Amino acid sequence: MTASAQIPDLLPVLPEIVLIVGALALLMVGAYGGERSSPLVNVASIMLLAAAAAIVTWLPSGKLVTFGGSFVLDDFARFLKVLALGGSAAAILMSLDYFRREKILKFEYPVLILLATAGMGMLVSAGDLIALYLGLELMSLSLYVIAAFNRDSAKSTEAGLKYFVLGALSSGMLLYGCSLIYGYTGTIAFPGIAQAAAQGGLGVTFGLVFLLAGLCFKVSAVPFHMWTPDVYEGAPTPVTAFFASAPKVAAMAIFMRVAISAFPTILVQWQQILVFVAIASMALGSFAAIGQRNIKRLMAYSSIGHMGFALVGLAAGTQAGVQGVLVYISIYLLMTLGTFACILSMKRPGGMVEDISDLAGLSRTSPTMAFLLAMLLFSLAGIPPLAGFFAKFYVFIAAINAGLYALAVIGVLTSVVGAYYYLMIVKIMYFDEPQRSFDPMPREQVVVLAVAGLFNLLFFAYPAPLLDAATAAAKSLF
Amino acid sequence: MIPALFFYLFAGICIASALMVIASRNPVHSVLYLILAFVNAAGLFLLLGAEFLAMILVVVYVGAVAVLFLFVVMMLDVDFAELREGFLQYLPVGALVGVIFLAEILLVVGAATIGGGGPRVVVAPIPTDVSNTEAIGLVLYTKYLYFFQAAGVILLVAMIGAIVLTLRHRTGVKRQNIAEQVARTPETAIEVRKVKSGQGLEV
Repeated sequence: MTASAQIPDLLPVLPEIVLIVGALALLMVGAYGGERSSPLVNVASIMLLAAAAAIVTWLPSGKLVTFGGSFVLDDFARFLKVLALGGSAAAILMSLDYFRREKILKFEYPVLILLATAGMGMLVSAGDLIALYLGLELMSLSLYVIAAFNRDSAKSTEAGLKYFVLGALSSGMLLYGCSLIYGYTGTIAFPGIAQAAAQGGLGVTFGLVFLLAGLCFKVSAVPFHMWTPDVYEGAPTPVTAFFASAPKVAAMAIFMRVAISAFPTILVQWQQILVFVAIASMALGSFAAIGQRNIKRLMAYSSIGHMGFALVGLAAGTQAGVQGVLVYISIYLLMTLGTFACILSMKRPGGMVEDISDLAGLSRTSPTMAFLLAMLLFSLAGIPPLAGFFAKFYVFIAAINAGLYALAVIGVLTSVVGAYYYLMIVKIMYFDEPQRSFDPMPREQVVVLAVAGLFNLLFFAYPAPLLDAATAAAKSLF
Repeated sequence: MIPALFFYLFAGICIASALMVIASRNPVHSVLYLILAFVNAAGLFLLLGAEFLAMILVVVYVGAVAVLFLFVVMMLDVDFAELREGFLQYLPVGALVGVIFLAEILLVVGAATIGGGGPRVVVAPIPTDVSNTEAIGLVLYTKYLYFFQAAGVILLVAMIGAIVLTLRHRTGVKRQNIAEQVARTPETAIEVRKVKSGQGLEV
């Protein structure tokens, strides 16, 4: 008893502790300071996220394990935590102007994002099934609330409720899977599961299927994608930008960790599931997006498709595949944030507009924004030499090297179909008759768009830092 | 002999009251039967030697959840008769789904048993010298500190969420100011006026 009563090593958890304690402190500031303190809380939250990112990079390198293996901080976790923290900070930054205009600037929003980000950190570092579930639930619960954040709007409330009900269902499936896996392996720790699963057995596979179903829901992969378009359309636009960025990173991270570190021995079993899910997501993301009129719905289908592409890399099950997914998800994060910075600036004196046709003639009313958005859309379509091309390139190469030729071919074909609707937006921006111009873009969104746009344009010139980091991260998982 | 007797007693009442939950016409009766079912389930846990689960079941489900249900049922005017109208109509479909599900589960469990993939040896042996409650107390704040704290944060998020989504600051509502009430003295609280007879007083 005395051995277990020692205080565990808290150093690896420091970023999460900073986030949670900071969130609690800001909650107090907000509760006593009232709505006037909202700007302060927003700025302080961004600084906390930056501090957490700094701590993640500052912590001693190598694999740090604490809480008896429940919390693992390796290069893989570091890479994805920095991404998630960056995505969350950008989401708060972009939300300021919007919420001020809609008069719902509340201090709870950044606090909930901080807590969700702490959940993402726990999720990325999860070393066993309970840590996985708790991290996932902390993240999701915060997301349900901010989906319904504009509580006076029926659409936003509907989005929150839909997300909550379906999310609870998926958590149930995930837990069912976890309990089956625990029952058949006798352990909740990933390394232990890997050992026990090596002996095969139907029960473990059965549990694995449920676990993957729950995770597919969180990354919104087909056939668990139903909620995505409605939630993306209904939620306030900055919230949609957040949904499409950081949580996707965290969910994809745990997807990889579960597949690679808990079930490496039954690769064949989950590979076929992932191949199916990837093909279905890519196909649905490409075809269903064609008929969309609302740009937020379009981005929802686009994100479903992109998750499919990312899963192609994971389906390979190799180190190169994981590296491909990591590169993919980082580039996807920046592309999405940049695109949403443009969507958030689609506002006229009467309020926000969300139709694709509202972008008509953007090249004449604000040429710089039109150019950067066009480049981001080309990149999302995967046209060289933009960043999005390299993202797809690495996952497809990994799939081919793993012998999944059919998957790679289908991936390339669906990405051609997907290119159609991205190019359609470019055509509307450049060749249609201009409408009234949008209000000037607020500074925060200019920053996000500039960073995303420049990264996107110049990635091919100097890809080494990202590739090296992704290689190191992928190596630490195997 | 006696444990078997109690098992059948608890199990029988549990099933009977569970049936009554869905069969009784009055929703308040349903909730009360639900509480009875929970208490009997707690008895079954006791027979299994899981006294901690039994306590939790009584404290959480009977003490909190069921009482909450009772409040909701009594405060909201839900027409349960109307809700239950389509019950018989959908019964065949529901029963079919249930039977299919049961068959699938049996197939899976059967295959697992036959295929030798059944539950393996428990990794950590169950110690016999400590009770369940004591065992949980030993590890909850030490070995599982992380999970405990994480669960706490999740509950906090639930609370923040409930407040963010429902709390509205209404204007023009009279609120009690205790400090002001306590600070009242006879001089500030009482006003003495002379009333002339037959004329009354303007307030």
